[in-house]
Amino acid sequence: MSEKLLEVNGLKKYFKVKNGLLHAVDDVSFSIKAGETLGVVGESGCGKSTTGRLVLRLLEPTSGKIYFDGQDISVFSKAQMQDMRRQMQIIFQDPYASINPRMTVSEIIAEPLRIHKLTKSKEELDQRVSQLMDTVGLAERLYNAYPHELDGGRRQRIGIARALSVNPKFIVCDEPVSALDVSIQAQILNLMQDLQEELGLTYMFITHDLSVVKHISDNIAVMYLGQMVELAPSKELFANPIHPYTQALLSAIPVPSLKKRRERLLLSGEITSPVNPKPGCRFANRCPYAQESCHCQDNTLTEVSPGHFVACKLKAPEFQ
Amino acid sequence: MQGITSELHTGRAKKRSLWLDIGIRVIKNKAAMVGFVILAVLILLALFADVIADYDTVVIQQDLANMNQGPSLEHILGTDEFGRDIFARIIHGGRISLAVGLVSVCFSLVVGGILGALAGYYGGRFDNIIMRCMDIFLAIPSILLAMAIVTALGSSLLNLMIAVGISNIPSYARIVRASVLTIKDQEFIEAARAIGGNDFRIIMRHILPNTLAPVIVQATLGVAGAILSTASLSFIGLGIQPPAPEWGAMLSNGRTYLRSAWHVATFPGIFIMVTILSLNLLGDGLRDALDPKLKQ
Repeated sequence: MSEKLLEVNGLKKYFKVKNGLLHAVDDVSFSIKAGETLGVVGESGCGKSTTGRLVLRLLEPTSGKIYFDGQDISVFSKAQMQDMRRQMQIIFQDPYASINPRMTVSEIIAEPLRIHKLTKSKEELDQRVSQLMDTVGLAERLYNAYPHELDGGRRQRIGIARALSVNPKFIVCDEPVSALDVSIQAQILNLMQDLQEELGLTYMFITHDLSVVKHISDNIAVMYLGQMVELAPSKELFANPIHPYTQALLSAIPVPSLKKRRERLLLSGEITSPVNPKPGCRFANRCPYAQESCHCQDNTLTEVSPGHFVACKLKAPEFQ
Repeated sequence: MQGITSELHTGRAKKRSLWLDIGIRVIKNKAAMVGFVILAVLILLALFADVIADYDTVVIQQDLANMNQGPSLEHILGTDEFGRDIFARIIHGGRISLAVGLVSVCFSLVVGGILGALAGYYGGRFDNIIMRCMDIFLAIPSILLAMAIVTALGSSLLNLMIAVGISNIPSYARIVRASVLTIKDQEFIEAARAIGGNDFRIIMRHILPNTLAPVIVQATLGVAGAILSTASLSFIGLGIQPPAPEWGAMLSNGRTYLRSAWHVATFPGIFIMVTILSLNLLGDGLRDALDPKLKQ
């Protein structure tokens, strides 16, 4: 299980805005091995959700290549892509907005099966929907219920069942728990982990919640203003964060202890505007270690130790 | 196997088809049922008009000795300026008025709805072309447009329906487009695309059902507007030709005698009003029934 299921190369998405180009995702490259989870973290507006949508081609990338299972899906036609969606699915952030209020639970879960004609008869469809509802922990009595009759956690389970219905290999989870309260968050996360083990799923898990990402990820990618600044195995990243932004991010995790005093790395300054950004490190304006040269040159992800990549010229060994 | 399946089905809330469900909710709504019953009576009267009053001898036969008689046992709604029985003319006129009203609204609803949905969904240049065409239509007063169309096509019942229908297309296109715009950016549309749905499915299954509420309200009001447009066209001689009865024409003819014979204009007017009222009641009920959030 060490084959790369998804590989992304030089992915870019620029949006045209009033005064220029908004660099939402700027030259992002990564890969995810089959059966593993890549956690993507970063603050609001850093391009994590956009990256997730680009990977599924729900948004058209400005440039870059996306390889899924060895195929370059970035050149697929609309019809080819519709077919491809059987293998790659998404779970949305907002369980209130992401399901059609006029369809019943069973209709929502059955729709992907109908589109891809995965069941032969009405009975088979019915059974598959019941089975999916059982898998995600939705009671059978909700079969004909409408979404507005259910709470956020159950609605999110509908979203998960819908994504699972086509037996995908890969699921983009776009902050699937951030709209839920903490006790439900844990339930949904455990459900998603169980499903991953059972079905051998590969996740791209987008979140701004570091404790969630630590819980579920094999590798973690940290994004800042459309760029990936650090990519490392989960344990390595938490034990040995190298990029100043990652360090600041990790120092912001609350520690549940009265005695232990931690050092907060507080960032000052505003986030640079992503519209027509100047060359140079995007984080330089807020970075406590920034030097003159940081403002001049772009950084690229460099491997500092096996599997640990950082985009910071000050921290990467060849610059020290 | 059978055992497992039946076990699976226990505890499930009762399964009903969507349309049956909507039907039940309309029936539970008293106001909607009042509207439905009145409309049904009007339609039945129009359908069986020939049985109730013979067209040649009662509806168009003039009887000048009995002109402008008030309601009596013989003529329950009185007679008009040519001595014809008003009730008989109303039920025969209902055939034309109801047909024109319903058919022309359906026509403009379907054409305007499709144009509006496509414009809203695809946006960009396509949207611009469609909506600017609609703006041109809107710039011409709809009665003038209808007049032009009837003049060009010749006045027949079908042409009248087409004319009234075409002149109302822009308002439906605008309403549908506006609701499509608010719905197409919602996450569940993206979700529908993510599960592999094509544009047709997304528009038909996800967008249009969510635009129904404003469209139904507009359509029920539109039937009233269409009946009145037909009346106006008849009034200037482009619609239904005399001596054929039509509600709007009867209303405008009776206007002249309002001081001496109030009933000539009043009764056709009441029928128009009751038709519109019942359509609005039914339309409101239908709109509520189509919204699953208001269940029970």
